[in-house]
Amino acid sequence: MTGQNPLLEVRHLRVEFPTRRGTLVAIDDVSFTISAGEVLGVVGESGAGKSMTGAAIIGLLEPPGRIAAGEILLDGRRIDNLRYEDMRRIRGKEIGAIFQDPLTTLNPLYTVGRQLAETMTTHLPITPAEARKRAIGWLDLVGIPAAAQRIDSYPHEFSGGMRQRVVIALALCAEPRLIVADEPTTALDVSIQAQIIALLKSLAREKGTAMMLVTHDMGVIAEAADRVAVMYAGRIAEIGPVRNVVKQASHPYTVGLMGSIPPLDRRVERLAQIDGAMPRLSAIPKGCAYNPRCPKAFARCSQDRPDLLPAGPTQAACWLYDGEGTHHG
Amino acid sequence: MVDAPMLELRDAARYFDVSRPWLQRVIAGEGKRLLRAVDGLNLSVPKGTTLSLVGESGCGKSTVARLAVGLYRPSAGQVVFDGRDLAEARAASDQRRRMQMIFQDPYASLNPRWRVRDIVAEPIRAFGLLPNRAAEEARVAELLTQVGLSPLDGHKFPHEFSGGQRQRISIARALSSNPEFLVCDEPTSALDVSVQAQILNLMKELQSRMGLTYLFISHNLAVVRQVSDRIGVMYLGRIAELAPAESLFRRPRHPYTRALMEAIPDLDMTGRVRIPVGGEVPSPITPPTGCAFHPRCPLVQPRCKAERPELRSAGDAMVACHAVEEGRDAA
Repeated sequence: MTGQNPLLEVRHLRVEFPTRRGTLVAIDDVSFTISAGEVLGVVGESGAGKSMTGAAIIGLLEPPGRIAAGEILLDGRRIDNLRYEDMRRIRGKEIGAIFQDPLTTLNPLYTVGRQLAETMTTHLPITPAEARKRAIGWLDLVGIPAAAQRIDSYPHEFSGGMRQRVVIALALCAEPRLIVADEPTTALDVSIQAQIIALLKSLAREKGTAMMLVTHDMGVIAEAADRVAVMYAGRIAEIGPVRNVVKQASHPYTVGLMGSIPPLDRRVERLAQIDGAMPRLSAIPKGCAYNPRCPKAFARCSQDRPDLLPAGPTQAACWLYDGEGTHHG
Repeated sequence: MVDAPMLELRDAARYFDVSRPWLQRVIAGEGKRLLRAVDGLNLSVPKGTTLSLVGESGCGKSTVARLAVGLYRPSAGQVVFDGRDLAEARAASDQRRRMQMIFQDPYASLNPRWRVRDIVAEPIRAFGLLPNRAAEEARVAELLTQVGLSPLDGHKFPHEFSGGQRQRISIARALSSNPEFLVCDEPTSALDVSVQAQILNLMKELQSRMGLTYLFISHNLAVVRQVSDRIGVMYLGRIAELAPAESLFRRPRHPYTRALMEAIPDLDMTGRVRIPVGGEVPSPITPPTGCAFHPRCPLVQPRCKAERPELRSAGDAMVACHAVEEGRDAA
């Protein structure tokens, strides 16, 4: 991706929550890019800040959360400081969002056809008749059988998997250049999940759409992502090509996380486990946030906070890789 | 004849009446509607072992869990606990204390207004297991230590704990009546993977230390593989395949079992192209005729649409499939 301008660029993003007991830092100095046609997976445990990073990008942070520092650029243009109305126009047209629960995304009072057509007429210069025709096309594309008949159905008339397909059609129909998908398959059964992932992946490839795929499921990431960012306590612990992160992780946290996934192909007597739990935002340890749980921690880890350092093919925020260039190989 | 199994389901079924109100039904001229959540299930859990049930949402696995501890009564058939009918066994408190349940959501299953020590001690008090407060306090401290918490945590309230720690509290509570049989309904589904590993390790450790028998309900095949001796794959209220854990994974027989395994994302990234099963789980109110899986099955033949397959032996497994029975499943 050298020389090519990234579609989305997040620079030193910091999200804060002011509370009565002081300011909590939910996202701390997060930077990454996504190119057109690329799928960036974002993984981490609950509370690591992965969903919040997505919310910050689409401009839907829950108050009192706010972007305290950093920039978000879409195609070179800053979008983090836009007024609400300007951002609303970008959302839907330039950035599509897919959330975990399809029922809360769809309006129960409108037919899916109306919701699709309305989205398209709002963002694209087309007539209502054309929008309806395209809506049928989209439903067909996301794999809803008999789309021409189902277009006048209400969301409750669809099953969970079909509803999530409608949500995907809704996110894609204005032909956005970036999709933020937050746990799009978590509420679905495995057999449906496989269908939805395959669909998202092929659509991103075909249309050259960039995608940020937020999930806690490493299997989904391994399947769908080109690159992965692993988040821990509001920071990126490791980022790199999916194959390297999954199979030969550098950061001790990624190693622990991967080790704790129960394998499907064999039985192990005891699963690798990371002792303890992720710290609360109000009690993030000094130095590297992972140091109290890290089997490889040394003196410096509890003093200084590491930034992302080159660690072979990936980048890891870990002091083990300080001076990596000299002893690499 | 070896030991009686800890739990046995004999043709057990559980139906739910999901009819519309009487007047609407009369006006619309329609009959009653039954949801057959569990429809004629036979299985047994030998003492000291783990039987897991896997399947997608709506397959009836949680209903089986509730049948197994007596939260539901079977609509037909029988549930037998250690050689006695469950309803009869539950009437006696010395039998009731032998079974406990761990629920999926550790946020909903602990009373937020109670301190942890009271939550853990409640079964002890309810069954009158210990003579005095001092003994009870010592026992609660012991239980908390056993599940990896500190005895000092007893003074805290549930909201002060993370999801994994809350699930540890649920386990301590379940263990406080010295049960022999634990029904675990998706005990790790609400937890992050790293925490899930901690809880699964803890449950295995407790089993080998105390000789517990588990009925383990989960939708995650990888998790089930780690904990089970035998596995039952459920589809629409019935068992599709029941096999020793290792042989189920080595050689899945039923087309649905194969489809489920096929659907799991591949962490090894071998680049294998997965063929997802088409379609979705049908409604249990109007299940398909014959074999319930036939609309999605790649091996379907006319017989599958007409005749419901029974669970039959196939090697060391039990499979309910005409194709397997006829040897059409060679793959």
